Amino acid sequence: MKNRFLLWVPLALFAFFAGLAAYMLTQEKDQFVASTMIGQPLPDFALDPAFAGLPGAAKADFLGGQPRLLNVWASWCLPCIAEAPQLEALKAQGVEIIGIAIRDRPEDVANFLGRYGNPYSRIGSDRISEVQLAIGSSGVPETFVIDAKGVIRYQHIGDIRADDVPVLLAELEKAK
Amino acid sequence: MIRPAVLAALALLAVVLPGPLGAQDTMPPAPYAYQQLDDPKLEAEATALMHTLRCLKCQSQSIADSDAPMAGDMRHQVRSRILAGESPDQIRAWLIARYGDYVSYQPEVNSITWPLFAVPVLVILLVAGVLLRRLGKRRSDGGEAA
Repeated sequence: MKNRFLLWVPLALFAFFAGLAAYMLTQEKDQFVASTMIGQPLPDFALDPAFAGLPGAAKADFLGGQPRLLNVWASWCLPCIAEAPQLEALKAQGVEIIGIAIRDRPEDVANFLGRYGNPYSRIGSDRISEVQLAIGSSGVPETFVIDAKGVIRYQHIGDIRADDVPVLLAELEKAK
Repeated sequence: MIRPAVLAALALLAVVLPGPLGAQDTMPPAPYAYQQLDDPKLEAEATALMHTLRCLKCQSQSIADSDAPMAGDMRHQVRSRILAGESPDQIRAWLIARYGDYVSYQPEVNSITWPLFAVPVLVILLVAGVLLRRLGKRRSDGGEAA
């Protein structure tokens, strides 16, 4: 009697794993790789201007005053177009946004800003993703909250949607 | 008569043209993305390390296997840091400090992953135990019968 019950155990196990696989296949997979630099100071860097219209960006530009946003983007990145109005909205709230343009050309940067607006105070040109790798960013666009001491406080991965704006404003407030 | 055909052709062209322009940048790759180091010993060290690092864009490939621009930039970091005298372990640690264990494409035993390594060993021990008991029992049964 006891052995007959045991016979069903492998089948039950198989059914359990089949069910688990089916469940996991229907779950949305989180493709984002979060930075583990939150709470760490920005690494030292100094990037050349991404185009003639604005100065470049260095770590020193994040020190003192109010917390700022560091926006990692590129003119060839389509979601960056989608987040442009939200960056404008953040700028309208008095937030300073410093851009880092990844693998970009001056003429493309100028063209992008001419079309979709310029919310930046400075844009550094990161031709080989050096600063991007140094802050643990794994794609474009990404936005970091940097406090006045130059410490990375928050990371937003992907384009900023309208409902992310209040979240970023709250994180900027927290970073004061 | 000709106009609709021309329009259709133009429309098709307009659809096809921006495709490749959309997603990727057009910049040349970083200097050491595809360029090997001159010293074969250093290059071998760099290549071995690149096989143990995950591409962050194409997450099921190592940066040695990937053609994504970001993987190229990561290879540049690896090669230029090796050239500057950093050890492969230092470079691994530098990347893990930024991206966590996720960037490691080589499984490591640590406080979270140890069951993955321990469970197979336990299962083998368990099966060996059961087998020994059964075989031992059969032999002693056989002995009694004989």
